[in-house]
Amino acid sequence: MIDSLDQIFVSLKHWLVGLTPEAWQPLVSILVSIVPIMALFGTCFAATTIFERKILGRAQNRLGPNRVRAFGVKTFGLLQPIADGIKMLTKEDIVPFAADKVVHFLAPVVLTTPAWMLFSVIPLGRNMAAIDLDAGILFFFAVGSASELAVFMAGWSSKNKYSLVGSMRAIAQMISYEVPLVLSTIPVLMLAGTLSPSQVVEAQGVGTGFFAHWFVFTPWGLSGFVVFLIAATAESNRSPFDLPEAESEIIAGFLTEYSGFKYALFFLGEYIGLFAVAGMAVTLFLGGWQAPCKALEFIPSYLWFFGKFAVLIVFFIWVRATLPRLRLDQLLALAWRFLVPLALINLVVAALWHFMGSWQFIAAMPVRWGICAMLVVLPFVWFARLLNGGKVAPRKYRYAE
Amino acid sequence: MLGLGIIKGLVETGRNFVGSYFKPERLVTIQYPEKHLPPVEAARTIPFLVYDGKDSMKGLRCTACTICETECPPKCIYIVKDTVKKPDYLGKMQNQPKVFDIDISVCMGCGICVEVCPFESIKMDQVFELSGSDRFGAMLLHKAQLVKSNDYFGEICHEQATQINAARADDVRKAEAKAKADADAKAKAAAVAVSNAAAGVAAVAASSMTATPGTTQPDSKPAPKAASTSTPLPAPSKPTVPSATP
Amino acid sequence: MAERLLLANIVMLNSIAFYILAVITLAGAVAALTLRNLVHCALCVAASFAGIALIYLQLDAEFVGFAQILVYIGAVAILVLFTVLLTRGTEVQAGVAFLSRSWPAGLAVTALVFAAIAAPILLTPELHKLAADSASAPVRKIGEELMGNYVLPLEVIGLLLTSALLGAVVIAMQDKKD
Repeated sequence: MIDSLDQIFVSLKHWLVGLTPEAWQPLVSILVSIVPIMALFGTCFAATTIFERKILGRAQNRLGPNRVRAFGVKTFGLLQPIADGIKMLTKEDIVPFAADKVVHFLAPVVLTTPAWMLFSVIPLGRNMAAIDLDAGILFFFAVGSASELAVFMAGWSSKNKYSLVGSMRAIAQMISYEVPLVLSTIPVLMLAGTLSPSQVVEAQGVGTGFFAHWFVFTPWGLSGFVVFLIAATAESNRSPFDLPEAESEIIAGFLTEYSGFKYALFFLGEYIGLFAVAGMAVTLFLGGWQAPCKALEFIPSYLWFFGKFAVLIVFFIWVRATLPRLRLDQLLALAWRFLVPLALINLVVAALWHFMGSWQFIAAMPVRWGICAMLVVLPFVWFARLLNGGKVAPRKYRYAE
Repeated sequence: MLGLGIIKGLVETGRNFVGSYFKPERLVTIQYPEKHLPPVEAARTIPFLVYDGKDSMKGLRCTACTICETECPPKCIYIVKDTVKKPDYLGKMQNQPKVFDIDISVCMGCGICVEVCPFESIKMDQVFELSGSDRFGAMLLHKAQLVKSNDYFGEICHEQATQINAARADDVRKAEAKAKADADAKAKAAAVAVSNAAAGVAAVAASSMTATPGTTQPDSKPAPKAASTSTPLPAPSKPTVPSATP
Repeated sequence: MAERLLLANIVMLNSIAFYILAVITLAGAVAALTLRNLVHCALCVAASFAGIALIYLQLDAEFVGFAQILVYIGAVAILVLFTVLLTRGTEVQAGVAFLSRSWPAGLAVTALVFAAIAAPILLTPELHKLAADSASAPVRKIGEELMGNYVLPLEVIGLLLTSALLGAVVIAMQDKKD
């Protein structure tokens, strides 16, 4: 019973595919995988836009959007995404006279398409990855890197100084943060011994013990998770790393000259990218669809995945409500002088953890934990000190006289 | 250590988030179309025309002197004088505007028209829901749309309105007193005219001294000696309004 | 019978896909050579890279295909664009001849490089043997080979790249001192 509930979507897919003639089955199988993913994460996108605004509002002691009515019925603002969608779709699509029309048109497509493709390798539940690639995690980062090109295309083709500044910032940021992002996943791949997301999730299962072996519950896993989250926030251009579209400095960055549906596509692409990277964080560090302990395994696997996913999204929103924007030099210093060294040391910690796992003497576990935790915490403190380095002083402003 | 400040900040925003659900007084925003903030006396948006009494056209204070029209920096006021005069609050016949238009899409809300008006006739309003679907017609307010009662002015600018009302009541009292003194003086003069011709000559001389040419103040007309002695302050005694000297 | 039909279908679809990808790759390369706007050229190069990566994927070489995307589109193309923007303007230069004057020399160099790459590939005796096999190579096997049989070349390449990186840093540092 529990198993059938857990596998209900998989069985449903098989049943649907079985209904069609044999020659069509490969095509139908692909469609049956793609359509629910797009529908589901499209809905997630709509829901996130409204809940983000609600949470941001509450965090600033405001109410957030609460006025959309449908046929005279109060909805407490829950229909805001529909209103926003109608607004976006009915707006005039303005293309600047000087813009490079083709590139300007292609940029949102190049951003959104790879963002959607990222979901294909993320296991949304037991046996629920759209394609179970052998090198799925490599696929994820390879396809994810295409968004840099899209941002550059958008900024350059607009022929607007704010757009260009925004896209140059975006590229500097994305290139810098891609390094810690990928480096922080390598310990996971090392210890799971695979590049396939499904097998990474399997490796974090409950197994014979009582508690699940989520990687986040190890010293190197925690360190990697923190680095991954910071780098993921930067990769998805979210506050406090929203320099590329810093509205108080450069209007809207690379989005300045976009309007209407193209703007909506960019907006969608950024959120989809955020979802994908959050899904990957869940897969790599939070045990994917695995339950935290044996007693909770009766809850279907996809619910576990989406629960963790929702927690991460809310966390991203919470961070956005809290932190102010970084300066560009602070941004790059954080990546190169803090996150990259931490991620590199983390490789060594993960290797140590792996080899100390075979120790047999009595206090092996505490010693293993102690050494690894020390190797994580000490560099953290040290690099944090170096990062601040006593150089942080109130900035002296010179005003024109 | 790096990260502690971030955690503190997260706790703070988290407290705001939870607190805003349990303590409504945390919420600083007003649900605007249903609720309004209490008006502020110094707030000003666009000008309006003040009238006394019930009838907006009869009680209109404006005398179509066009000072505001000439002083208006963006030139948003347009006035046409009427040929028919009407009595003002002292009973004196004054001009009245036939057309008084303000283009509020041009008006910049500076309040100079209020500063220069010698009749307390034009005042700054506090309405701000002025949007309309017509870009030109709806933004051009005519006399009928601009008039508002003195009571309304008392509501939005209580202190200032009280001062002006007191000053105007004072004016009325003075005018009445003067009229009475005038009548007394006339009667007295009639009584002594025959016997004392020299006194009449002196009165004429005094009246030519007190008259100030060009002002439109009701009490500045040539007055007999008895009248000028009964009122100690011949100059306008309104506290808030600068004397209008052309 | 149906299975055979299906198989034939897949083979046909595969060859159609190959031709589409080949056209994308070649058209991208030709456009990169002929277009006058440098940024357009760089974008076309990226499209060409993508075509190559997709051809790898079509040959079931997952790892190589994804590495191609990650390295060439994610890094090299971006670097090229950056360089174009940081050096000279992206404006179209008028009055520049379509071919440079030294084009025969360029052609000769290109031919030499192509020959230098193609000859060893064609001369490899294992090439024909491998083609008969299933081309699919699991990532684990690639890793084991790299860490086993080919560990020396790997380390040499790593050393070379590191020294190149350090050299670049040194050049940049010297520039800063002036």
